[in-house]
Amino acid sequence: MNQRTLAVVSAGLSQPSSTRLLADQLATAAVAAAATSGIQLTVTVIELRDLAHDIANHLLTGFPPAALKEALDTVEAADGLIAVTPIFTASYSGLFKSFFDVLDKDALADKPTLIAATAGTARHSLSLEHALRPLFAYLRAAVVPTSVFAASDDWGADSADGMLRTRVDRASAELAREIERRDPVSVTDPFALTVSFEDLLKNP
Amino acid sequence: MQFGIFSVSDITTDPTTGQTPTEAERIKNIVTIAKHAEEVGLDVFALGEHHNEPFFSSSPTTTLAYIAAQTSTLQLSTATTLITTNDPVKIAEDFAMLQHLADGRVDLTLGRGNTGPVYPWFGKDIRAGIPLAIENYALLHKLWREHTVDWQGKFRTPLQSFTSTPRPLDEIPPFVWHGSIRSPEIAEQAAFYGDGFFANHIFWPASHTQRMIALYRERFAHYGHGQPDQAIVGLGGQVFMRKNSQDAVNEFRPYFDNAPVYGHGPALEDFTRETPLTVGSPQQVIDRTLGFREYVGDYQRQLFLMDHAGLPVKTVLEQLDLLGSEVVPVLRKEFAALKPAHVPDAPTHAALLAAKTAASEKDEVNA
Repeated sequence: MNQRTLAVVSAGLSQPSSTRLLADQLATAAVAAAATSGIQLTVTVIELRDLAHDIANHLLTGFPPAALKEALDTVEAADGLIAVTPIFTASYSGLFKSFFDVLDKDALADKPTLIAATAGTARHSLSLEHALRPLFAYLRAAVVPTSVFAASDDWGADSADGMLRTRVDRASAELAREIERRDPVSVTDPFALTVSFEDLLKNP
Repeated sequence: MQFGIFSVSDITTDPTTGQTPTEAERIKNIVTIAKHAEEVGLDVFALGEHHNEPFFSSSPTTTLAYIAAQTSTLQLSTATTLITTNDPVKIAEDFAMLQHLADGRVDLTLGRGNTGPVYPWFGKDIRAGIPLAIENYALLHKLWREHTVDWQGKFRTPLQSFTSTPRPLDEIPPFVWHGSIRSPEIAEQAAFYGDGFFANHIFWPASHTQRMIALYRERFAHYGHGQPDQAIVGLGGQVFMRKNSQDAVNEFRPYFDNAPVYGHGPALEDFTRETPLTVGSPQQVIDRTLGFREYVGDYQRQLFLMDHAGLPVKTVLEQLDLLGSEVVPVLRKEFAALKPAHVPDAPTHAALLAAKTAASEKDEVNA
């Protein structure tokens, strides 16, 4: 089987959080969908709660502490991304946004990305389309058409075979297909010279 | 190896007293600090350049000339001189002038400046930072080496039959260090010219410094200036010391917690672990500083930031006493014992003049 990597970013704050539950469902479904195409996805989950102080410190000092650096590198090097946030005040959470604020602006370019969100009520479901999708469009991520929203209702008794399950499977299959279509990600070294000094001198 | 201090010239409220020095006090204090650096046996004093509050040092060569007049051995440098927003013609003139007044005790460190609003005040654009640094230095380099210069570039008025005056002292341009935190183009620039490379080192993890220095050394050799370990490397550092390390931590913490740049962010302990900041006993500073050599190799200049974040001048002078009496003498001995003979010292005017004289005598013998 081909080996690929999947980074899962969860901005849930409580433990356990429904945001993490949704992230895990999506990751499990993506692994299963990829396996049918002969791809073994290795999943790394990044809980932003654990990195909240590091993210604030990065905003203030301009560099990431070691644990945050590892998380940012994991996302950049991943072949696919699942990003899940709770909806706070009609949009992604501030912590979620701050993480993507400190991520390199090119880190998600053409990266297959599945966006998902949780909230207390289904009235927030379009936040995915008016808040998350533009954010990832700016970062030039390849966001799959199906986004997944889960309100409190979706975790109820009938949800196991309900709409949420269907969307999780569809979105994850779309993500797996986009990962499969692409070559494995290779990360460029930020310290590597990309231009000769003679050219720099000629064309300042 | 050269040891010294550098100042960013911030005027910051002392968080323990609420007192803010006036510009006049802070400016005179800097002179006192620089003179004391020489008194305690340090080699270098370097001053930053800023054009925005809360900094005072918009005109470093004026300050350095005043210090030069009151010192006799101290090497005067900058940290940094803005190669992007200054006219390279004025840099050529100002530093040649300073060379003459200071009997050659002058070098400079070029940097781009990372304060966005400053660029438009000087008619420039921060997005062109690298191209500005490349073109402006190419002109500066030429102005110091060619008497009559014709020049056309993208960023300034063309020059026809221009001579920068005064000429560099003894026709030897001031030695130039190029400073950058993480732009490989600047390490490349330093390597191309065979100039020095100075890594700020203090606000970022050591891994960045290690990569930048490795690149600079490799490219220095690529351009035929010597072996990689013969490239000229300078490092920043930041320390606060007391005899007992816990006293140092207790005393420095409020300054750290409220400091410009990193204040109100990471804990002192985190920042000490993540960056080269050392707060503790003189022995801890010695051990940490010797450790820098393990990831950058033998290097030529170590500057410490000692006077920022609102520390009172009395405290800064005490820190210099500790640096001069307990730290630097040990570091000199230890670094010298480790350094192979083929690794050069940082070029000074005296050394460059001696080399030039020797070379011309050799030419005469051969002629």
